[in-house]
Amino acid sequence: MKALKELSGVAAPLPMINVDTDMIIPKQYLKTIERTGLGKGLFHSMRYNDDGSDNPDFVLNKEAYRDSKILIAGDNFGCGSSREHAAWAIDDFGIRCVIAPSFSDIFYNNAFKNGMLLIRLPQEQIDELTKQAEFGSNAVFNIDLENQLVIAPDGSEHQFEIDEFRKHCLLHGLDEIALTLEKETAISSYESDASSSRSWLTPAAG
Amino acid sequence: MSAKTLYDKIWDAHVVSTEPDGTCLIYIDRHLVHEVTSAQAFEGLRLNNRPVRRPELTLAVVDHNIPTTDRSQGIDDPESKLQMDTLAKNTSEFGVEYYNELDERQGIVHIIGPEQGFTLPGTTVVCGDSHTATHGAFGALAHGIGTSEVEHVLASQTLLQNKSKNMLVKVNGKLAPGVTAKDLTLAIIAHTGTAGGTGHVIEYAGEAIRNLTMEGRMTLCNMAIEGGARAGLVAPDETTFAYLKGRPKSPKGEDWERAVEYWKTLKTDDDANFDKVVEIDATAIAPIVTWGTSPEDAIAITDSVPAPKDFNDEHKQASAQRSLDYMGLTAGTPMTDIPVDKVFIGSCTNGRIEDLREVAKVVEGRQVATHVDAMVVPGSGLVKAQAEKEGIAAILKDAGFDWREPGCSMCLGMNPDKLSPGERCASTSNRNFEGRQGHGGRTHLMSPAMAAAAAVTGRLTDVRALLNEGASA
Ligand code: SF4
Repeated sequence: MKALKELSGVAAPLPMINVDTDMIIPKQYLKTIERTGLGKGLFHSMRYNDDGSDNPDFVLNKEAYRDSKILIAGDNFGCGSSREHAAWAIDDFGIRCVIAPSFSDIFYNNAFKNGMLLIRLPQEQIDELTKQAEFGSNAVFNIDLENQLVIAPDGSEHQFEIDEFRKHCLLHGLDEIALTLEKETAISSYESDASSSRSWLTPAAG
Repeated sequence: MSAKTLYDKIWDAHVVSTEPDGTCLIYIDRHLVHEVTSAQAFEGLRLNNRPVRRPELTLAVVDHNIPTTDRSQGIDDPESKLQMDTLAKNTSEFGVEYYNELDERQGIVHIIGPEQGFTLPGTTVVCGDSHTATHGAFGALAHGIGTSEVEHVLASQTLLQNKSKNMLVKVNGKLAPGVTAKDLTLAIIAHTGTAGGTGHVIEYAGEAIRNLTMEGRMTLCNMAIEGGARAGLVAPDETTFAYLKGRPKSPKGEDWERAVEYWKTLKTDDDANFDKVVEIDATAIAPIVTWGTSPEDAIAITDSVPAPKDFNDEHKQASAQRSLDYMGLTAGTPMTDIPVDKVFIGSCTNGRIEDLREVAKVVEGRQVATHVDAMVVPGSGLVKAQAEKEGIAAILKDAGFDWREPGCSMCLGMNPDKLSPGERCASTSNRNFEGRQGHGGRTHLMSPAMAAAAAVTGRLTDVRALLNEGASA
């Protein structure tokens, strides 16, 4: 996975609650067998008109936000389907960090597996950051993962929480599967205990 | 030893190792795989030269994008075909059992797991699909995962997890006639909100839950995810054991006896602590329908479309306005005045045999309204065969329903079954998001009986009126 230590850039404000993963990347993009190239489908139905042209009112189509690296969203972002395509699409567009009051559990995990940083902050702080993000291309946000800080364009610092282990993996861009496979002894010994105490766990050959 | 919840017990029995910050490596007993979220995971294994650690704990099926018309002559859509062929190739290369589109056992991934006895109490179950919560009906800790996690499970049979909090939803009293598990699960989400369960595993308990059949419990747990929960759980009991006994992959002989003995210990201790408790009065629940584009936008069929000003929170007001515009509804309209164009019966929420029986009960001797296009998609090939055997298929076809092959179908509209812009659908599925059933399509979620009532009257309808009529006729 990609490492992320610091991030600096414009933040696109999307103050909507319950932005679901169908909205982030609709079904017609799920037929791919690749992880890449999904950025063009990001927020498809809000971003494009029915004839395929850009909807000029949508935030990511405004000149100031075309290269956004950060998204500031409403409560319960990423709810709905488990499709990791949602995280892939956001990442492929170039956004590496989403800030919101809360995220769905599955989306939260998916994003981190792709080297993205999701930050939870209380609604009042989100409202404040949204206001600043609306200033467009001059409003540069800085994210400092080591110190767990969002530094807003006005210089105010917003501390956020993150699990130590997640932070460690993200800072160093660690491959979680490789890390887990190093625990072979623990996994094997769990398996032999479980198969002796709960012998029915291996499915019958039905 | 301190008192534990059911969730605590299952969790504790699956911890392989713990990081200093509390992140745990959890063992996964059962892994279900389908065509849409697995290709990139198998590709990852291949790139890193990793095998599937225990292929016998994984079961694969094609369901999401498969057409529900006759498939014996192959699949037309080249992208769907590529995904299907990729799954067939991956499962054979990595030694995973696979039910293809022509196998009678094929069906929606969350229907076939229980049907085959693959899902068992006290196990951990994952799948690259958010409605994996369904399997919680058996007292299994079951949740959806993303593709990176699918790869992680295939490679290691484990998952990195942080323990969730415990939430109890206690449903007291009995559900009234005409009110089903679907109404109950929608009523709970309306009460807690779609983020009400975020960070929690919900245990459903109380008299109304004990009285549910396994099918009803699956419908209930299926939508735990719509309430934001990581998973939903119902403690296993005699209903659970009776459902599982004799299924193809269920334990046999002495293993069965030992399993049941263990399963009986899987319940929350009397004085265990929950971080959050919600109590619901089952007797007060009427048949429910949704009016908006979030599952929490659920109200009684006897109510009217709400107005944005009915909500306190400004974000919710904005979202209600957006929903009304999208759904083409005017505040104050009685729900029963809303006409429908399509009816969809199916999905992992309500595509089981019991659901089809409910539909047949309502439509028997009646006809689908002339302007309505109504479709039934059984949840699996075995459900389809059972319904044909019981005469349900004949009743539905006589009434004018379109009787299809199993799959996810119009639940997500990845195959040709979808709504056109502006079309309104009474649907037994689980998501009414914008565009979920087709670009511009308008979805009202409800129970199978309610969808059947909408099919015959051509508008949203309180099924209790039809059931009474039927009873007095
Ligand atoms: S029926 Fe719908 S919700 Fe269920 S697995 Fe299929 S797409 Fe997902």
